[in-house]
Amino acid sequence: MDILTPILAAAVRSGTPILYATLGEILTEKAGIMNLGLEGLMLMGALSGFWATMTTGSLWAGVALAFAVGVMLSAIHAFLCITLKANQVVCGLAIAMFGAGASSMLGRSMVGETVKGFSPLALPFLSRLPVLGPVLFDQDILVYASFVLVGFLTWYIYRTRWGLNLRAVGEAPRVVDAMGLSAVKLRYFYTLLGGGLAAVGGAYMSLAYNKMWGELMTAGRGWIAVALVIFSIWNPLRATLGAYLFGGVGALQLRMQAAGSRIPAPLLLMLPYLLTIAVLFVISAKKGKGMLQGAPAGLGQPYSREER
Amino acid sequence: MDHTRAQASKDLVTMSGIVKSFVGVRANDNVCFNLRRGEVHTLLGENGAGKSTLMNILAGLYLPESGTIEIDGRKCSFSSPKDAIRHGVGMVHQHFMLVPVQTVWENVALGMDHFSVVLPKRKIISDIMSLSLRYGLEVDPEARVWQLSIGEQQRVAILKMLYREARILILDEPTAVLTPQETGSLFKTVRQMTDDGRGIVFISHKLDEVLEISSRITILRRGSNVGTISAENASKERLAEMMIGRQLMRTPDKTLQNPGDALMEARSLCVRGDRGRLMVNSFSLVMREKEILGIAGVSGNGQQELCESLAGLRTPESGSVIVGGTDYAGRDARAFLDAGVRYIPADRKGVGLASGMNIRENIALRKFWSREFCKWRYFLNWEHIAGYSGRLVERFNVVTPGLGYPVSMLSGGNLQKLMLARELADHPRAIIAVQPTWGLDIGATQFVREALIEQRDRGAGVLLVSDDLDEILAVSDRIAVIYQGRLMGLIEKPDRVTGEQLGLMMAGTSLPEYDPEYSIKPEDERHGGATGS
Amino acid sequence: MAVRPVLRKRYQTGRLTDTGLSFASIVLALAASALLFFLLGVPPFRALWLIFSGALGSWYGVGEVVVKTIPLALCGIAVALAFRMQVWNIGAEGQIYVGALAAAAVVRYCAVDSFPPMLLMMTAGAAFAGGLWGGAAGYLKARWNVNEIITTLMMNYIAIHLMDYFIYGPWRDPASLGFPMTAPFPPAARLPMFFDSRVHLGIILAFIAVIIFRIVLRWTRWGFEIRVIGENPKAARYAGIPIMRNIILVLFLSGAIAGIAGMCEVAGLQGRLQHGFSPGYGYTAIIVAWLGRLNPWGIALVAFFMGTLLVGGETLQVIMRLPLASTQVMQGLILFSVLAMEFFRNYKVILVRDGGR
Repeated sequence: MDILTPILAAAVRSGTPILYATLGEILTEKAGIMNLGLEGLMLMGALSGFWATMTTGSLWAGVALAFAVGVMLSAIHAFLCITLKANQVVCGLAIAMFGAGASSMLGRSMVGETVKGFSPLALPFLSRLPVLGPVLFDQDILVYASFVLVGFLTWYIYRTRWGLNLRAVGEAPRVVDAMGLSAVKLRYFYTLLGGGLAAVGGAYMSLAYNKMWGELMTAGRGWIAVALVIFSIWNPLRATLGAYLFGGVGALQLRMQAAGSRIPAPLLLMLPYLLTIAVLFVISAKKGKGMLQGAPAGLGQPYSREER
Repeated sequence: MDHTRAQASKDLVTMSGIVKSFVGVRANDNVCFNLRRGEVHTLLGENGAGKSTLMNILAGLYLPESGTIEIDGRKCSFSSPKDAIRHGVGMVHQHFMLVPVQTVWENVALGMDHFSVVLPKRKIISDIMSLSLRYGLEVDPEARVWQLSIGEQQRVAILKMLYREARILILDEPTAVLTPQETGSLFKTVRQMTDDGRGIVFISHKLDEVLEISSRITILRRGSNVGTISAENASKERLAEMMIGRQLMRTPDKTLQNPGDALMEARSLCVRGDRGRLMVNSFSLVMREKEILGIAGVSGNGQQELCESLAGLRTPESGSVIVGGTDYAGRDARAFLDAGVRYIPADRKGVGLASGMNIRENIALRKFWSREFCKWRYFLNWEHIAGYSGRLVERFNVVTPGLGYPVSMLSGGNLQKLMLARELADHPRAIIAVQPTWGLDIGATQFVREALIEQRDRGAGVLLVSDDLDEILAVSDRIAVIYQGRLMGLIEKPDRVTGEQLGLMMAGTSLPEYDPEYSIKPEDERHGGATGS
Repeated sequence: MAVRPVLRKRYQTGRLTDTGLSFASIVLALAASALLFFLLGVPPFRALWLIFSGALGSWYGVGEVVVKTIPLALCGIAVALAFRMQVWNIGAEGQIYVGALAAAAVVRYCAVDSFPPMLLMMTAGAAFAGGLWGGAAGYLKARWNVNEIITTLMMNYIAIHLMDYFIYGPWRDPASLGFPMTAPFPPAARLPMFFDSRVHLGIILAFIAVIIFRIVLRWTRWGFEIRVIGENPKAARYAGIPIMRNIILVLFLSGAIAGIAGMCEVAGLQGRLQHGFSPGYGYTAIIVAWLGRLNPWGIALVAFFMGTLLVGGETLQVIMRLPLASTQVMQGLILFSVLAMEFFRNYKVILVRDGGR
């Protein structure tokens, strides 16, 4: 049991950046827009958060700037895909490429620098609980914020009237427009919000997980988040499960390497990606071919309100 | 003067001088229209006459180029549907504005902003139930819309408007998708709504219904208001004349043919639909040469799945599809094509044609693997295809800007002609046509019907699926009624059956005299015998 | 009377408009890049000039551009083949890697002394490996509708790690002092080079690929089927075109061509298998394919243009100390401009008079 707890705790930490990005993308896709550029958003978030913290000394300034940068970058995606009705797949790829390149380019002077970063904040009483205590309640504040976020989003999406609007605009934007709401405005809002959240996930990496900046430090987590959205069937609670699962694999692999495992490092490094494919396979095979059930019906399709 | 002003102030809606154009065509040319309290006012006209456009303007979906709208005597202009709804105007479109995946109550509540943050689910449901009860619009508020029948979905659409306290309701072709019984129930709802002081605009082109339900009728033709008459002074003939400007369309000249041998047969066919439901249930039917077999039924009762399995686009779960003596069930579309079976789908731009590709390529779509269209076995002979296309387009009178242009540029009627040309060109043995005249104007409709009859005369067997009972009755030699995937009735002599009988069968009541068990089977025919007592 | 802009869908664009728009995208992208340089404190016009003069100003430069054009054109064709069918092969990078891996395996385990059989074996091996890599994703998609964007992408990472395993481990060249690379390939396994440049046999393979792509798409039955599936899968089914089979086939071929590109890089250019031998060609190829409008000649042209940018970027790095990542940023900007211009390809903006009140 004692070996398990630290791994689980590490799983939560490792999975948190992915969770932020996944939650953001769930919002975006529920509104009907596919933003595959999460990797680029996360990297830019990691960089800007790191820079802000290094410059101002405030961690929250870092998180705030990361969010803002995420919003701005996803604004490009939103404009191209919503207003100019560009191909959402290719546009997402462009964002990822651009974000990766821009972060590498802008961050070259900061490679290897470190910050003190977020430290774990043990919650009184709760952190003493067996197993769950250290795993869930002895984490840093961004992890706690992610717990709150999951709960909030679940409530928001399924219980409030704005959540209803969100779900409707991804399924049938035509209907939403006919009811007098602006499908376009809603889509913009959730794309920007989702991008901001993804960037915060990136900031977690540079400010809490690794507490430093390195080129391409997210190592594909953004792409795993894209897969997780499908895995979680666009549901925040399931997304949490998936994020920690992947976090766990990542953490496990690190530990095995550190423990001097005989398995060569590159093969261990493959694990998260293999797992992603396996997970997607299981989900898709269960659903039966031909229908990606649970996906918002209007996902990926450009919407234009008919001429008035 | 005073009298008319007093009259006008009683009006719920007054629209004057409405002008609206699309792509250079005047959809509404200086149209005036008014609606009184407590009346059902029908907007009558052909496809493309401008009825939907006018009402879309009233409902806030379109902005008119000029003209005024007055509600209760006050001038209004609607910048959005929400605006119109706020003024009490609600529209039930032909294609319901519903979100299929969500529940009824969610659909009704969508977009209403007087709610608190958390949706008061229970209150919404109870409000829906009381409206439901009052107006005879029974529906389960917690059901998901895609699970409902079309008739029930329509009720949800109406409830949406009633929930928003609409005083002016616009119903756009509401009976197109209903059985005669459901239509009756709708009319009851309409009368209850008008009794409560509402004004209802009823858009339709079905003359019988129009005469039954309306107080007044306004006819639109080619974008202009041809006149408004009260229902008492109207007759079918007069309405038709005003609508078309000339005599009612002739029923096509149909010389009686003797049906030939069995061509295609469905035996105990069971087919599952996209959502896993069994859409075709132990269905057995024989298509014969030189015969048009019409399938009557409300949309969604399995016709689509039946036709797809007869064309090789869907594998039946059980049963057989016999073509010329061999079972083709489960084989792919190409096998059926090679066996002489042609399919004219309802979804033209979706299934029938590749919109982005040009006309030549679309014509090649159904034959490109044949020796005729190929060079050296794996290469396409575009020169030959071009020549073939040119001849086809000429023969069927398809108006095109050129063969190299994408098919998306063609008008609806020409698109259908193109599809027909492609499918009928090479003497098919069996033709399966689904909604072939949907959305077409009189000229194109006539053309399609005559083309099908011509094929029949030539010796082919035609299976015709249509929502339009008039069309089925006019064109078919035999009629089969489908309900929930079952063969409900088989009518050997269509001129004897009544609309009421058809309606009953379409809604699930089986009538002994049309029970397929007792129909004449091909083998019996040779013995010249019917069953009999 | 107010005037407002209204969108009208275009049915078709003339050749002139098409080319004009592609041109405009490039101009827009260059302008955005100039802005980028300006923000980085680098004189923009000098930077742009350096890119082009550095790349095309000398025969050596042109040769280098061609060297980069080869994998870009090959992968561009590979990716475009899949994209034509609306199958998103993001895995060209991984497919390049496994192709190179296969070529190295051939060198290590089946080396012969003569070039023609070596060429044959390496090409076959690379094609097969790349094809397998792509085809696996294709099978997952065809059979179980597993999203190919994610599977091909994940397989990129897996391929890179797989190669790392070999070159850090069993295949490492003992003489390389711990650097992750294999021993140099024997002469029989090297693709001959032309003139005095580093332009290798791969150019012929690339050329063949472009020609075959054009012929297949325009004139063969199968090419027609692919186009129809990409245009409208429902109509394809209606025409009896097998979709599942084609998904697997197309991803296999796509991977195979990318695999051959990998082989060309290691056997033609570098002469050994080493870590990070591909600077993201598989990803750049996506831009090449899209900017080239999925069209063989367009792809060839754009591949050359991209090669110019890459070589020019290296010049910038040397002369102006700009990081290589700035080329990636430029590529992103180009893709954005292309996407933005596509809008004008599909829609016309017309000014319409508003109704008076």
